[in-house]
Amino acid sequence: MDALKEELKNKIIEQLNLEDVTVDEIADNDPLFGEGLGLDSIDALELIVMLDKDYGIKLSDPKEGKKIFESVETMASYISENSSK
Amino acid sequence: MSKVYINSVACISAQKTFDNSTFLDEVIAHDSNVISVVSPNYKEFIPPAAARRMAKGIKMGVVASKLALQEAGLENVDAIITGTGMGCVVDSEKFLSKLIDNNEEYLTPTSFVQSTHNTVGGQIALAIQCKGYNFTYVHCSTSFESAVIDAKLQLENNEEENILVGGVDESGEHTIKVHSLINHIKSENVKSSELLKSNTVGAVFSEGASFSVLSNKKQNTSYAEIADTQTFNTLPEKALEKTALDFLKENNLELSEVDVIILGNNGDIDFDHYYDVLSSGILKNTQQVYYKHLSGEHNTVSGFGFWLASNLLKRQEIPEIVKLNQKDISTIKTVLIYNQYRGENHSFSLLRKC
Repeated sequence: MDALKEELKNKIIEQLNLEDVTVDEIADNDPLFGEGLGLDSIDALELIVMLDKDYGIKLSDPKEGKKIFESVETMASYISENSSK
Repeated sequence: MSKVYINSVACISAQKTFDNSTFLDEVIAHDSNVISVVSPNYKEFIPPAAARRMAKGIKMGVVASKLALQEAGLENVDAIITGTGMGCVVDSEKFLSKLIDNNEEYLTPTSFVQSTHNTVGGQIALAIQCKGYNFTYVHCSTSFESAVIDAKLQLENNEEENILVGGVDESGEHTIKVHSLINHIKSENVKSSELLKSNTVGAVFSEGASFSVLSNKKQNTSYAEIADTQTFNTLPEKALEKTALDFLKENNLELSEVDVIILGNNGDIDFDHYYDVLSSGILKNTQQVYYKHLSGEHNTVSGFGFWLASNLLKRQEIPEIVKLNQKDISTIKTVLIYNQYRGENHSFSLLRKC
């Protein structure tokens, strides 16, 4: 699980081009949207595509996404339970 | 009709031209066939949240426009008019590569959103909250001049008072490869100082952005007056001299009244003869200036030519590095700019001291 969280942090930084953020600066429970990393709706689309492409998870219900993308911790839990890859 | 003034200039190029406190005092000698810009510190001008989605071309355009506004002492303008030959090629390449690599699946929005030709104009408008006229011209090597013509018409007719006008083009890895394959880029590295002696086909490719505030109100920061700009999609070599003379005549000028001619020679043996027609013909006794050995070639590099002309007129000095010949001039009152790329999309522009 720790390796997956580390992997997710690296992917978030790389794919969302968070130039001034390092892996150490993202705590597992930091909110990804709003107060925390400050991601927005375009980033949410990027994360949805990442789940599909890298972990074989298709999200069809937007309400579901809100919970999954709350933090790296919630993302990692969801991926470990649902990944088809 | 009102006169049109260049009230500020900002140029990001392969030289350190973004700092208007100097004027080609220190020149970077390039030795390559593709050259990049000397970048200002983009972080000083663009918030990190916005910058992370911007490719270099957008950053160059946004920063050049901010520098132009700063120099003109303005926070906003009535309109934004941009010229670009290739648009945002970096994001276009990224988006299209993903389309192919991922078999048309897993497409993300960012590079698509940022890949359109009018992204730069849009981002400038967002940055300064300008809700006025916003237009982008895509006309190969006359893209910049097309933007200038639009602004000039609006200012002459008092439809607007201050317009941000500029040109921007960035280098994309794939685009450079394609242009190399078809010999539009020189196959060998060329030293800046030897560009016109290269005797080979192709140009030294580059990128850059130049923005100015054009206005129908002269102010103490004004550089010059734009008297005229005309573009020609096709222009046979044999018609070049007559076209230049007609252009001057329309502006009530004799040939002898042109103090400086700025030529867009890029060292391409197949197409520099267009410039030679003028430099060894009707303008052989005029002070000749060139600049693409400093800037390289791209579709909106004539913006560098405008930047150079504006500075010559305001500072009344011609740096040795841009002189093609040596003539004595006491005052620089009138500057003619001629540019073409690969024998097409020719432009003549006339700038006057103000």
